[in-house]
Amino acid sequence: MAAPRSLRMSTGLRVASIGFIAFWCLLAAFPIAWISVMSFKLPVDAFASNPLHVVFGPFTRDAGKGLSILDIAIGGTAIWQFVRFATRRMPHLVKAHPPFGSTLLGWIFGSLLYGLVFVVVIAWILPSVMPAINKLAGPLGKPIIGFTIEHYKSVWIGDGFYRNFLNSLMVTTGVVTVSLTVGTLAGYGLARSGSSLAFWILIVALVFRALPHSVLVAGYLPVFINSAEFLRPLLGELAPTLYGKPFAVIAVLVSINQPFTIWMLRSFFQNIPAELDEAARVDGCTHFQAFRWVIMPVMWPGVITTGLFSFLLAYNDFLVTSLLLDATNQTMVPAIAGFFNRETTTTDQVKAVAAAVSITAPLFLLVMVFQRQIVSGLTAGAVKG
Amino acid sequence: MKFRVFATFVGPSLLLMFIFIAAPLAAVFWQSFHVTQPVYTTVVAETCTPGFINQICTTESRIQLELDEDGIPIRTTEFVGLQTYRSVLELDRFWAAVKDFSWSKLMVIDFWKALRFTLTFTLVTLPLVIGVGLLIALAVNSAAKTVRGQIIFVSLLPFIITPVIGALSIRWLFVGDGILTAFLEWVIERDIAMLGHAWTIELLMLFYRVWHVAPFAFVVFYAGLQTVNNDTVESAVIDGANRIERLRYVVIPHLMPLIVFVSLIHLMDAYRVFEEIVGFRSQGYVISLQWLTYDFLTPDETGNRAVSSASASAMLTMVGIVIILVPLLRKTWRDHRAGLN
Repeated sequence: MAAPRSLRMSTGLRVASIGFIAFWCLLAAFPIAWISVMSFKLPVDAFASNPLHVVFGPFTRDAGKGLSILDIAIGGTAIWQFVRFATRRMPHLVKAHPPFGSTLLGWIFGSLLYGLVFVVVIAWILPSVMPAINKLAGPLGKPIIGFTIEHYKSVWIGDGFYRNFLNSLMVTTGVVTVSLTVGTLAGYGLARSGSSLAFWILIVALVFRALPHSVLVAGYLPVFINSAEFLRPLLGELAPTLYGKPFAVIAVLVSINQPFTIWMLRSFFQNIPAELDEAARVDGCTHFQAFRWVIMPVMWPGVITTGLFSFLLAYNDFLVTSLLLDATNQTMVPAIAGFFNRETTTTDQVKAVAAAVSITAPLFLLVMVFQRQIVSGLTAGAVKG
Repeated sequence: MKFRVFATFVGPSLLLMFIFIAAPLAAVFWQSFHVTQPVYTTVVAETCTPGFINQICTTESRIQLELDEDGIPIRTTEFVGLQTYRSVLELDRFWAAVKDFSWSKLMVIDFWKALRFTLTFTLVTLPLVIGVGLLIALAVNSAAKTVRGQIIFVSLLPFIITPVIGALSIRWLFVGDGILTAFLEWVIERDIAMLGHAWTIELLMLFYRVWHVAPFAFVVFYAGLQTVNNDTVESAVIDGANRIERLRYVVIPHLMPLIVFVSLIHLMDAYRVFEEIVGFRSQGYVISLQWLTYDFLTPDETGNRAVSSASASAMLTMVGIVIILVPLLRKTWRDHRAGLN
């Protein structure tokens, strides 16, 4: 429907509005795009004051690490195909073959496989095949842009960043599954109860959501460090020291995230008509059966959205993980603090940049695949007031 | 729903929140009035060396750690009242600074410095986030339908990025002769060091937070704009309202509940400012309240964590949270009462 004439914008306003959007998009994408460009260059180019040097990397190219037109064409096509696959085919594939009937598991498994294939093709197969093709191609095979993945290699393999990645994976998977299991039950109960007890629980949860995390960590630390002594009367010699243990951090992050999770899931469950479970109850189901057979099949959009936000909290956390995990179990975000704290040479700095880009890449994919869910999650709490 | 069924559904979640939120909160409250430290004893020892006629004897007292049978230092916990609070607030220096009317003297005391920054940060970013979010939402709402998806995608990036990494990525643009430093130097034709002064770092931190949160405000407002009643807008047009007046009297009142919602969420989050300090490595210049607690909890050179100081500063931080929450709770309470009647 075309807007009525009186509501149309004047040309000046239209130009200003388009200009503003363009400026905002540039502003939003620029820092992230720029550090990803930096991460592929030798330090001389990465920290050059001339932006063209950063983009084209003349020193990196002269050092024999460059991309030819042919490299760019083939690599670009490969990446484009990956993107198309992730946005078009993958959602259907996951829906068609959910392992053990769980879409969530399907997504976790699918993204892991996808990431693995991506890394193998882009970082291993293409770099080992391309030099031979470039030699045959003549002028098209001459390097024109400086490009190197050596910083990624030295961070991931040399500095053992893959261990931090695995720790992050473990912590986030744990947080998302536990958080959703516990939160879904509570959210459903709260949405269907309507008693004033439910109201007070939600109010207390709201207060808990506002607490600074450092306050809570100040409470955990002394207990976690000495937990072996505290728990000995209960558990005997098996009493663990909770400090530094990933499962303790999972429990902490799940709890910190509970207030937000139950508020969000409650608002999703309120949108599922109560007549559905009432009908099931009339047919003789208990509340749990009604939940299992009537509500569970229709709750997934809300659960996936909430799961995304739980994932973000666990993945992005710095404060809790840096204080409660020891060096061997460190996740990616606090580990990067180690990289930039010893940023003595420029090579170290570019390595830190490469690590930062590595942390951002999965989030980028996440927005690409789940944009709709993220938007609906952001507005879920808000539009209802 | 019967109480027993309700309790089974909500139980696990409540249990987790009780063990990991309510109990630690109580523990922090208790810790802030107590100090746990190793026991030191003064050992007086007389050492004598043989000398002519008389022995030469020296008495010296040494302070030593008391160990138990296993060789682990004995620790005692004692009630110290408000002493930890006093030492965190550094009241002597505070009153001295107040008596001299000296702002700069006040700003060298950690707690007051952190409080000043946290409040400035929260109050300055709030209108910026709301304003920028609203502007983007209005602009996108008038843009062609085909590009809106892409714009939302790009806009979500700053929101979704890990806060520490986001702060770092902006910092790297300014490090040394980084691209933006070089650009600014070219524009104003003088040497600058964005990361060398407290106020420039603070400016970057404000910019980062607005960049990070504006997408959230944008998405919420944009969703709200979709539900603006077109009839009201048209009747406003017929009544002769121009664009600004329509915005002022139709759109903004419609969005008001959302503006309140975003403001409250932003106040809660901005008051907890922490990641910026890590990302911009500004601790030498600017610190925040939550960073202060974090710093107390980080082991110092001897491996000790100042747990009771951390607890005291955490409790002081909570005061601000309570002040922010009061209007929110009052509103929720009123809505609840209205819903019951």
